Amino acid sequence: MVFARASSPHEHSALSTRQVMQYVLLATLPGLVALTWNFGWGTVINILLASTVAVGTEAAIVALRKRPVLFYLQDCSALVTAVLLGLALPPLAPWWLTVIGTLFAIGIAKHLYGGLGFNPFNPAMVGYVVLLISFPVPMTTWITPRDLLPAGVHLPDLWQSLQIVFPILGAPGQAVDAITGATPLDAFKHHTGLLVEQIYAAEPLFSRAEIVSYGWEWVNLGFLAGGVWLIYKKVFTWHAPVAMLLGLTLMAALFYDGGSSTSGGSPIMHLLSGATMLGAFFIVTDPVTSATSARGRLVYGASIGILVYIIRVWGNYPDAVAFAVLLMNFAAPLIDNYTLPRTYGHSKARKATEKKP
Amino acid sequence: MRKIWDIPGGIHPPENKHQSLTDGIGTIAMPERLILPLNQHAGAPAKPLVKPGDRVLKGQMIAEPVGFISAALHAPTSGTIDGIADQPVPHPSGMSARCIELVPDGRDEWCDHQGVGDYRAQPPTALLELIRNAGITGLGGAGFPSSVKLGPRQPIDTLVINGTECEPYITADDSLMQARAPEIIEGVNILRHILGNPETVLIGIEDNKPRAFEQLTEAAEGTGIEVVEFPTKYPSGGEKQLIQILTGKEVPSGKLPAELGIVCQNVGTTFAVYNAICRGEPLISRITTVTGQACGRNGNYEVLLGTPISHLLAHNDFDAKACTRLVMGGPMMGFTLLDPAVPVVKTTNCILAGSKAEFPPAPPAQACIRCGLCAEACPASLLPQQLYWYAQSQNHERLEAHNLFDCIECGACAYVCPSRIPLVQYYRAAKGEIRRHDAEQLKADHARQRFEFHKARLEKAEAEKAAKREARRLAAEAAQRKTATSEAPSSGPGSADDLIQAAKARAAAKKASPDEQKAKLERSVEANRNRLKIARDKLAEGRDQGLDSDAMAKLEVKVNEAALKLKTAEEKLASFDDTSPGKGDSTVADDAASRVMDRVTASRREQLETTVASLKKRIASAEQAIGAETADATIAALQSGLEKQRQKLAEAETALAGLGPDGDQKVTDPTTVDAASAAIARAQAKAAARASMTPEQKAREDLHALDQRIAKARDKAQAARAEDSEHAATLESALEKLEEKRRGLIEALGAEPEETVPERPVAESVPAPSAVEPHPVPNDDPAAAAIARAQAKAREMAAMTPEQKRRVELASLDERIAKARSKLDSALAEGSEHVEALQGALEKLENKRRSLAQQDSDGVNPEGGA
Repeated sequence: MVFARASSPHEHSALSTRQVMQYVLLATLPGLVALTWNFGWGTVINILLASTVAVGTEAAIVALRKRPVLFYLQDCSALVTAVLLGLALPPLAPWWLTVIGTLFAIGIAKHLYGGLGFNPFNPAMVGYVVLLISFPVPMTTWITPRDLLPAGVHLPDLWQSLQIVFPILGAPGQAVDAITGATPLDAFKHHTGLLVEQIYAAEPLFSRAEIVSYGWEWVNLGFLAGGVWLIYKKVFTWHAPVAMLLGLTLMAALFYDGGSSTSGGSPIMHLLSGATMLGAFFIVTDPVTSATSARGRLVYGASIGILVYIIRVWGNYPDAVAFAVLLMNFAAPLIDNYTLPRTYGHSKARKATEKKP
Repeated sequence: MRKIWDIPGGIHPPENKHQSLTDGIGTIAMPERLILPLNQHAGAPAKPLVKPGDRVLKGQMIAEPVGFISAALHAPTSGTIDGIADQPVPHPSGMSARCIELVPDGRDEWCDHQGVGDYRAQPPTALLELIRNAGITGLGGAGFPSSVKLGPRQPIDTLVINGTECEPYITADDSLMQARAPEIIEGVNILRHILGNPETVLIGIEDNKPRAFEQLTEAAEGTGIEVVEFPTKYPSGGEKQLIQILTGKEVPSGKLPAELGIVCQNVGTTFAVYNAICRGEPLISRITTVTGQACGRNGNYEVLLGTPISHLLAHNDFDAKACTRLVMGGPMMGFTLLDPAVPVVKTTNCILAGSKAEFPPAPPAQACIRCGLCAEACPASLLPQQLYWYAQSQNHERLEAHNLFDCIECGACAYVCPSRIPLVQYYRAAKGEIRRHDAEQLKADHARQRFEFHKARLEKAEAEKAAKREARRLAAEAAQRKTATSEAPSSGPGSADDLIQAAKARAAAKKASPDEQKAKLERSVEANRNRLKIARDKLAEGRDQGLDSDAMAKLEVKVNEAALKLKTAEEKLASFDDTSPGKGDSTVADDAASRVMDRVTASRREQLETTVASLKKRIASAEQAIGAETADATIAALQSGLEKQRQKLAEAETALAGLGPDGDQKVTDPTTVDAASAAIARAQAKAAARASMTPEQKAREDLHALDQRIAKARDKAQAARAEDSEHAATLESALEKLEEKRRGLIEALGAEPEETVPERPVAESVPAPSAVEPHPVPNDDPAAAAIARAQAKAREMAAMTPEQKRRVELASLDERIAKARSKLDSALAEGSEHVEALQGALEKLENKRRSLAQQDSDGVNPEGGA
């Protein structure tokens, strides 16, 4: 009779890191569907390409580090990074853009810091920002939503999309230029002299929208749905995403001056435009790079929301989730220091750097 | 309905309680042997009251508590003590500890016992004593002695009875509450009485035990005891958590619930208290759940303490092959057993024999993704992910800032961790490390304090020494400067010149400055006064003790001498006071030099004349002293001293009268007037003598001198020891050194090819009077012994070759010379009248030796000639 010697607890819940990652992947589906419906196959191609590169890079680096490759691949964390980057990149972006971004995200932002659990910055956002700064033109070229395309112009089909992404497959039947257009946030950036009402009237993005801006509203609602499901599945808590959305809403409400020409747009426009919901539920919630405690995550999320508004309205870039997240990644350890929970039996919370009482 | 509070965190693992809740409380057949560890509780192990071979009755105390936090141990059944030895005990480490082994006799015969009739009539202290003697400890898990917990210093307003049993699988308390609710309620009443009837009495039960809740509610009707049901959540059963659920209060970190006026007891403990008080039965059994898929039968049993777990498992159709983990306690906080032979102890609430399906081997831990699930599950509101991070990096400071020591090790964090990190294991290790580190730190601090104190003391002593040295050095420098100014150019390296220079230097050193000189004189007066006082005290003491007249006379002489010396010192001081301002230092030095010069170069007649003059002077001063002294005893002493001086004077005058014409010759061998010149002369004589000696002789002489020094040193050391003086150790070590030196010398002598010195110490050997012409050697030894020795020697000599004889003679001569020289030395030192006789004898001996040595070197080599 040989019994195992083990430390308690001897039982374990079923949830594993692999499952957590799979839930996240699953939760992106509504948003992905909305993106694909409105902007064509580009995002799907982005995701597939990024995933292939990510898994390959991860495997190569894990092998280089002389670690068990399959053990590390099965946590699916590389796939999550790839999918998030693929969702964030413009549809029909050239293949090399995706490849470079993914290589940087996995190789530099993740494994150079020690791999899963050790990276201080969100890898997908590092990849995104590197591309945005290095290749601003392709990174800001977005597709016009399906129904806003001029008459006679259609979104490319799957094969045409592949041809656009991989020029080696031959010239697509139509030029990409014909189908590109501004995003709602671009519209606000470019029409600084107009009243909000005038922008809304001038841009078909807004004038033909169900809620805020054509196409984008559904993409954001899709990610919101996925995020709510993840909270329900207890993959993460509500603190960080809700705080971020609240921070953004608060800023938009504070600076929404009734729609003057200097207005940054309504809160609802900010909530349902750009990468707001993707950021709130899939980027801000990245546990590795965020603050630790519930209180800390409230501070962290709210700060990102505020930063997103500041950069969107007063910065040079139309969208700001990636920058805001990276900035707050820097601040996470500081937040952690001051946001320890109050432990049972203690009258008040302590600081992480406190010395012996 | 009573308000209940929620605790933060918590988890809902599968309960798995139904398996063991089918048949109520069963019994187990008597095992062949019971193993009773002496330490089944928190605190000091109990002390055995029995020895192997003793027959004990059921309920008899077999080990008593040692100290306040300890618990008694009783025989669970009647039988014979088989031994008291180390056995494996239930412990996470799998360690062994002292156990009493009991072989049951099957009769299960009780000792005399009876309950307390009306416990309400008993004072709480008496009941506490009964609880202590019944060996009752907390049966929930920690095993803390209940009598201690029930006797807090603080007033108690809330008694909480813990019927939560939140761990999966375990149903021991549940089955107890279902089967024995009235007894438990009575036990609660006893606890209330002991605690001075606290206002609130609560029994907390999770809502997954509806039958137990019903039974207790029914039994508690009309007693004022509230049975409270609350939602099932692990770890509600932790003492701190239950208090929070029922009262909304938190036990302050590092404090006991008693600080809040709360005492918490487990239902099992409550039942044991009922048994002890109402039935007089000590704690000899408990309810234990046996469960897990590796057991064919699951259930709860009333098990005698000491029952081997293997016996319990065998009763439940245990399949050892199916079992991957054998756990004592529940799946969340229990620990694995390596050996099923360990016994059931007071804290064994569950034996969980898990199958592979229940407890699959833990997968390798993945990286922590800081998902925070652990922090959500933590009932103490800690940040387990941060604790894990800092435990890995052994950052003790951060661990303590994150309140590691508030972790109750419930295991909720590790349960929910998606990366399967054994978090609790890290925390236990870190806690152990910090405790060890703190203990070492404390020790190191103490050691450092001791060291620093020691160092400070040494430094102080060193500083004092240095100050003294510095003062001496300054004085010496000043003296040297003065010598340099007064010194006449040296005329040559002659020995007399050297001596003069040395004397000048000494004198100069002595007269460093008039003030110092005066101080020295004053000190001398003081010291002499003290000596006189001591001598007088001794004399008085001797008189009181009735010493014989000889001894008294000696003491009197001493007093007399001391008085004289004091007088001289006082005179010197007086004359210094008169002359010092006018008298230059160089003059003093010159005086000393001329005195030495006189002595060194004086003829025999002059020397004797000096002696006579000095003796006359002493006599005169002695007479003066007698005249001045009033005490009879002192006068007698002075007179005896005076008598001696007069004798000496007479001898010196006789010698002077009998001095021949060669007496005017200048000699280098000085007769002595005072110790200083005598020492100079002796040194010279020795140097001259040594020049003519063989190395062996020199060694032997050294040996002899050493012997004398050793004898003196020994006396001093003994005296010092007798007086308990602080110098005793120094003197002894000096003595040791001398003895060592002596041994070295003997060895060196022994290494000489021709061994001539017998092992006998030199002092004992006596000159051989036989072979050569007789000569006057002063001989103190008894004549008979000397004759016997001489005869023996003569016989030996007769059997020797001429050369051997010569050698022996030479050796004996050497000894005699050495002895004569030492006698002469002591005579000189004492100023004895035998000095001249001794000198003559020594010369003769030396002459004889020279001639013998001559013969030896002239004689044929016996080996060469053969």
